[in-house]
This record gives sequence, structure tokens and C-alpha cells, in this order.
Amino acid sequence: MNLVDHLPALQVALPLLTAPLVILLRNGFLAWMAALAASLASFGLAILLTQGVLGDGVPEYAIGGWQPPFGISLNVDGLGALMLLLVTGASSLGLAGGRLSLRRDIDNRRAPMFYGAWLIALAGLCGIAVSGDAFNVFVFMEISSLATYILIAAGRDRRALSAVFKYLIIGTIGATFYLIGVGFIYMMTGTLNFADMALRLGEVIETRPIIIAAGFITIGLALKAAIFPLHIWLPRAYTYAPNAVTVFIAACSTKVSIYVLLRFNYGVFHGNLLGHSDLFSVFIVPLALSGILLASAIAIYQGNIKKLLAFSSVAQIGYIALAAGLATQAGLMAAQLHMFNHALAKGTLFLCVTAFVLTSRSANMDKLAGIGRRMPWTMGAFVIAGLSLIGVPGTAGFISKWYLVVAVMEVPGWGIPLVVAIVASSLLAVVYLWKFVEKAYYGTPPDGDVSAMEVPLPLRALIWFAALANIYFGLAPQLPIALAESGTGTLLGGLL
Amino acid sequence: MKLLGLFNYWVFAVLLMIGLYALISKQNLVKKIMALAIFQSAVFLFFITMSRVDGGTAPIIQAGVSGQIFSNPLPQVLILTAIVVGISTTALGLAIVVRLNEEYGTVEDNEILAMDRES
Repeated sequence: MNLVDHLPALQVALPLLTAPLVILLRNGFLAWMAALAASLASFGLAILLTQGVLGDGVPEYAIGGWQPPFGISLNVDGLGALMLLLVTGASSLGLAGGRLSLRRDIDNRRAPMFYGAWLIALAGLCGIAVSGDAFNVFVFMEISSLATYILIAAGRDRRALSAVFKYLIIGTIGATFYLIGVGFIYMMTGTLNFADMALRLGEVIETRPIIIAAGFITIGLALKAAIFPLHIWLPRAYTYAPNAVTVFIAACSTKVSIYVLLRFNYGVFHGNLLGHSDLFSVFIVPLALSGILLASAIAIYQGNIKKLLAFSSVAQIGYIALAAGLATQAGLMAAQLHMFNHALAKGTLFLCVTAFVLTSRSANMDKLAGIGRRMPWTMGAFVIAGLSLIGVPGTAGFISKWYLVVAVMEVPGWGIPLVVAIVASSLLAVVYLWKFVEKAYYGTPPDGDVSAMEVPLPLRALIWFAALANIYFGLAPQLPIALAESGTGTLLGGLL
Repeated sequence: MKLLGLFNYWVFAVLLMIGLYALISKQNLVKKIMALAIFQSAVFLFFITMSRVDGGTAPIIQAGVSGQIFSNPLPQVLILTAIVVGISTTALGLAIVVRLNEEYGTVEDNEILAMDRES
């Protein structure tokens, strides 16, 4: 066995083992350096794994040499590699871009603990993406959630605490529902391995425990993924978290839950439960549609830019859920591409917000008036990422919107109304983003001061790097498309 | 008889609902954490019940004894892990309640909500 075969395990072990070392460092700057190094190394591992997936495929990794289905196996396919790129990329972006903002938010004394929690969250999220075992996914989900609660609670505003308490309650209910579902499946099949589960479910098809399990798992993960109307924890948690933390979690944590949802509903249930895809569509598509329209409309009325973007996230999760709920090959492609592109756009937008708050010390849009003239570079990047969020041609967002519209048009009888809903919601996105852009460029600053005040060059360069990535993946989307195609193949297992 | 045979599952369902109901209806945050613990314990009971085999003993292989019936050890191990997760969640939840009490001076959800609305 050479080193490449150990990559899936290293992906989790590296941040998990660096975390206690980071806590031992007594200095905030050193802890940040170590955390960033670990995060970038994880990103490197994710890139190596992606190359492996696109090449010959990554061999299954049996932990401790115990062969599946008895031991725990780690699998990385196209969808998993996509998630790993997202998670490790978002973590590196948040850490690299968040140094100045985190130095202000977190006490130097407590900083090592904070970065330790960050790495544990990263390890948990990576673990979900590589694990091939249902219970193992639950454990990683709780590891990442518990660490995320700590990260959010580190916010300066005391409302971060009440927001995180709500998130803790709802997140735990979601995870427990998932655990109940896994229990019912284990009761009927005697296995926890995803691949084995998919095989054995055929023997107990259409029994009541399996149907109940499907319900519990879908609802539990929908709670964690903040699919409308189960999103109530999300806007406040995103708003009051430290800005750099918002960059990290907004880009990837809900998407990882959707990843598990896809894995269960398509990898496990789809081929085994009669009429499962119809039931899943009937359940999820109306919720997704109302989320897309209502959350976009609510976003228009927000006065805080972070809250505005958080409601926009709820709407974007709606797009992903809508595409996934179509239960077609094109729909799954669109869902995966939108996960990638939305993470890219939202990560960039929140990074820009981090820069705004760094100079003007407020996320309130009235206080940020005129910021476009004072920080032209950062605002330019914000506009590019905003265009990608809306789905303007030439940006990454356009690619996934295009795939989504194509997928929706295939739905017999409902194609046109669904396209109308998608276009209407995109127009709402134009409205809520324009509301901020107008204030930023044409508004008068509250104190009348219009002198330039840009953030330091390294942060500006990073913001532009992220913004240009939005354009790059709009013009050359081969990488996410190849990964999504491979992911769709494994999810449907050649069924469609 | 069938009803009695499913006794543990009934307890599981009832405990689960007690926990969920208290989570929704109680305003005191400490009570909410207690409700969460009840909610999770119900699931532990569910897993342990399903691992039970009629007439089964602890799964230990003894020299010279054959043909024993064992209870399934795997769900019990899973629940050991889940209990650890549950304790961590409870501990973190209580830590957040302590911090909330420091910042807001109360542990009542509706009072905290009212203070949040004002600011």
C-alpha cells in the first residue's frame, strides 16, 4: 500500500490531530499559522484525492484492516471529492482572510482554543464526506456541529449566544432523528455500510420500519441542511458568528448535510423503495420552491448585510433541494454544481463583508453607505460574486442555473411554471443585492467621510482571487462538471 | 401479549415525545437541555432494545462452552459512542446557558428573545 491509498484517512486525521497541538500553542498568531497550515495541507490532500477520483478512482480504505461491511470503510467518489474541495477550500479561505478580523473578535489568550475548535469542525466535515458508514457519519456530524457551535458562540455580540443555543437544540434534534432512522435500518438489515445497506434493503423492501427510517433521516437531515421551513436557526447563527466563521460555515456546513441527504435518498433508498423518487419529489419540491421565493423576498427587507446574505443562503439551498428533488440525472448534476458554485459565490461575498466590517466596524447597511467609493477594490469583488449569485452569464452561478433550468424543463407539465419561479427568484436576488450595491456606491456615509480606506493588500488580493475564481469556473467549468458527472454515476448506480 | 412484548418500544416513543414536547413548550433553557437529554436517552433505549436476543447473554466466548446465544453487541457499542456525544452536547449546552445568564441575567427564553428584539 503506498501513500496515495491512505489519503482518505489522512484527510480526516490531519486536521483532527493538529487540533490538540494548536491548543497547546500559547500564542494567537502561532495558533493561527498552524491552523492555516493544516487547513491548506488538507486542501492539498483534497486536490490529490480529486485527481485520483478523476483518474483511476480512489480505492476503498478499510480502517484498521477490517474489511467492510464489518469494518468501517472510507470511500471517496466524485461527489465526495467535490465536498472535500468545498470544505477544505472554505476553511482555508476563512482562515487566510479572517486573520485581522479574528484578531479583533477573539481574545489572544483564547485564540488557540478557537483555532483548535476550527480544525475539529474541519475534520468532522471532511469525515462526513469520506465515510462510507452511516453511524460514522452521525459521529462526524456531531463532532463538526459541536465545534461549529463553539465557533459561532465566539461572536462579540451577545446575540451570538442566543442564536447558537437555538442552533444547538435544532441541530441536535436533527442529528437524533438521523440516528433513529439509522437504527430502524440497522434493525431490518443488520448493516451500517452504505453500499451493503443498498444491497440488503431489497430483501425487506416496503416494510414499515424502512419507510419510517426514510422519513426520519430525510427530516433530520433537512433540519441540519436548513431546507425551508426548517431554516429558522440559520439567519441568526450566520449573522452573529465572527465574520471569518461565517465565511467557513456559510460556504460548506449546510451543503455537507445535503450531501448525506443525497447519499441516503439516492445511494440507498432510490433503487429499493417503490415510488421513492415520487414521494421524495412531492415532499421536497414544494418546500424548496417556497424557500426559493419566500427567503429571497424576506432578504429584501433586511437591514444587516450579513442577515441579507444569510436569507439568500436559505433561498440558494432551496435551489439545491429543488434540483435534488427532481430525481433525474440532470437534476442531480444541477444540485451538485450549484453546491459548488454557491459555496464559491457565498464564500467570496462573506469575505468581502469581513473586509467591510474590518474597516467600518458595522454590518448595518445604513452605516456601510458609501463604502463602494471608499473601498472600490473590495466592492468590485462583491459585485462580481453577487453577479455569480444571481447567475449572470460568464460567472460560475450561470453554469448551475443553466443546468437547473435544463433539468426543470424535463419535468412533464411543470417545466414552465418551475422555470418562471427560478427566474422570478433570480430577479428577487437582483433586487436584494442591488439594494446594498446602490447604498454602497451612491449612498452618503453616515459621517460624511468619503476618504479611501482599503483593507491591507494581502486580504484584498485574496478577495480578488476568490472573485476571479467565480469567473474562472464560469468560463471553464470542466472540473466541477466532471466531478458532478462521476458523483451522479455513483449516486444512481446506473439506475436511470 | 403483543402489546407487552413491545413494551420497550412504547417507552421509547413516549420518552421521545416527552422530550420533544418539553423542548418546544418549556421556556427555561436549563429545562430545554434536560428535555434534550431525555430525547436522546429515548434513542439509546431504542438501540439497546433492538440488540436484545431472547435468552441471549453477554457476548463473551468461554472455553469449553458452545452453542450459546449472544445478544448483538454492536448496537451497544454504538450507543456507548452516542452517549458520549450526548454528554458533550449537554455539557456544551449548559456552558452556553451559563454564558447567556452572564450576558442577559436570565435563563428564560422569552425574556432573552424580548431583549434581543429591543437591541
